[in-house]
Amino acid sequence: MFWQQVVNAIWLGAVYSLFALGYTLVFGVLGILNLAHPSLYMWGAFIGLVCVTTLHLPIWLALPIAMLGSGLLGVLLDRIAFKPLRARNAPHLATLISSIGASIVLINVAQGIFSAQVSRFPFDIFPVRVLKFGSVSVTLLQLTILGISMLIMIFLRWLIMGTRQGQAMRAVAHNAVTAARLGVPVDRIIMQTFFIAGALAGAAGVLLGLAFNSISPFMGGPMNLKGLTVIVLGGLGNIEGAVVGGFILAFSEVMSVAYLSSDLRDAVSFILLLIILLVRPNGLLGRASVKRA
Amino acid sequence: MNIFSEFWATYGSVVQFALINMLLGISIYFTLYTGLLSLANAGFMGIGAYVSAALTIHAGTPFPVSLLVGALSAALIGWLLGLPVLRLRDVYLAIATLGFGEIVRITAVNFDKFSGLTLLGGAQGLDGIPKLTTPVSLLFVLFILCIFLVQLHRSRAGRALAAIRRDESVAATMGIDVYQYKLLAFVLGAFVAGLAGGFSAHLTRFVGPNDFSFSAAVNILAFAVLGGTLHWSGALVGAAILTILPEALRFMKEYRGIVNGVILVLVIIYLPHGLVNPKWIRGIFRRKEAR
Repeated sequence: MFWQQVVNAIWLGAVYSLFALGYTLVFGVLGILNLAHPSLYMWGAFIGLVCVTTLHLPIWLALPIAMLGSGLLGVLLDRIAFKPLRARNAPHLATLISSIGASIVLINVAQGIFSAQVSRFPFDIFPVRVLKFGSVSVTLLQLTILGISMLIMIFLRWLIMGTRQGQAMRAVAHNAVTAARLGVPVDRIIMQTFFIAGALAGAAGVLLGLAFNSISPFMGGPMNLKGLTVIVLGGLGNIEGAVVGGFILAFSEVMSVAYLSSDLRDAVSFILLLIILLVRPNGLLGRASVKRA
Repeated sequence: MNIFSEFWATYGSVVQFALINMLLGISIYFTLYTGLLSLANAGFMGIGAYVSAALTIHAGTPFPVSLLVGALSAALIGWLLGLPVLRLRDVYLAIATLGFGEIVRITAVNFDKFSGLTLLGGAQGLDGIPKLTTPVSLLFVLFILCIFLVQLHRSRAGRALAAIRRDESVAATMGIDVYQYKLLAFVLGAFVAGLAGGFSAHLTRFVGPNDFSFSAAVNILAFAVLGGTLHWSGALVGAAILTILPEALRFMKEYRGIVNGVILVLVIIYLPHGLVNPKWIRGIFRRKEAR
């Protein structure tokens, strides 16, 4: 029983991390809390669904297309909702409100196109196979989700820590003005950041859409709170922190449902979020921030 | 008179909803005016709605009493939530209050199950609330609130709130107890949102746990942002426009909801101070005087 829960928490945590990585990446590089991130997640799921149902593509092709689509949507989002504000050096509050507005638009467009009802992937899209390890059972789908999430996360780490692009990204995160002076094409880096963040959200959307087999325009709502909890747990803008946070949230959720009450699942993330905000607002891995006047 | 009663038969409920939304706009205006982005107001509205409706139904209290107790409970919860949460700054405050509506929902759904009572109706919500909200009572409360706001802005407290929005650190150096004043704005907002909740429950005759979600919080935010957060009348204008607009846009069907989002983005980018900007108003008056 316990180990079964652990297995459930691990694959779920991997997807949570994947989702939260894009969230925290945008905050780290731009200092923007993009509340439209969950809408990109939802759009990723729908693009994947359209690829499979309307275009009859196999799922392994639908995933990268969905990532590409939600990535481009992320870039578009930045151009429309954030770039004008950045040019004006608008306060935090303004970007937050703008991202909320953008998310409403994204959700309502999806509702108009795909209807408000829950859509599902066709049943035979992924082979249903259950693997048994002693008393613990895992489906092939869950294993695949875990594997793909891990691969993407390793690739992201290499991208940020091992390439010139990543170096430039970190430079912009550190100080955009100085980076621009030193010849870093800041605008292009910001576009890339939004593309990567959107693609990560889209991947999470397809994978969770497959796992729970339920896709709706409103699927981003509950994910928003989870994502925020994860990135606050890890410290806003902290990449490693988001990965750790994803697993912590998944463990707390799965365990509270298994041993306390399923009514509490939705409350878990909020309670965790409040505790961490009040006790360690810089996250578990965060350092004390310098207070700017 | 005939034209008026015909108009009222068709649009009476829209007008009353607009008035309730004005209350909600003012409720979030308190915090925005202080420079705080709090997304908890939908939750406070829910508390006011549930408490007042439960009182009217189960205890049979007169409407004003239910309304007041509902608003006071929202204010009390607001105070309890504000105590820890207002230590946080900008983004963190928004995050901390974002899930509050969800907590209200979970509490409303599970309260009866855990307490063994039948008070809040669980997932079905509370039905059959007597329709006691009248346009006159709404206008009366709104009028009093406007007088209060005018007085507030002239007072020491009002100036303190404005100073905190401009620059928290400077305000603190000037001897303003930033934390206490933030708490004041937060609790005032919760109280007014609770009032709005009570009115809405006794107008729609129903309170459901899903009415106070994130999207409700966003709608409230849209009222104040569209109208502008530099003057309280902005919240009234914003709420009026955003209540009437969906009625006028019925032909857009499913895409109607987009309007709120588009307005939020456009206003924040091109009209960051909202529709009602005290500077413009003063400018208009000055020009008239010059003539």
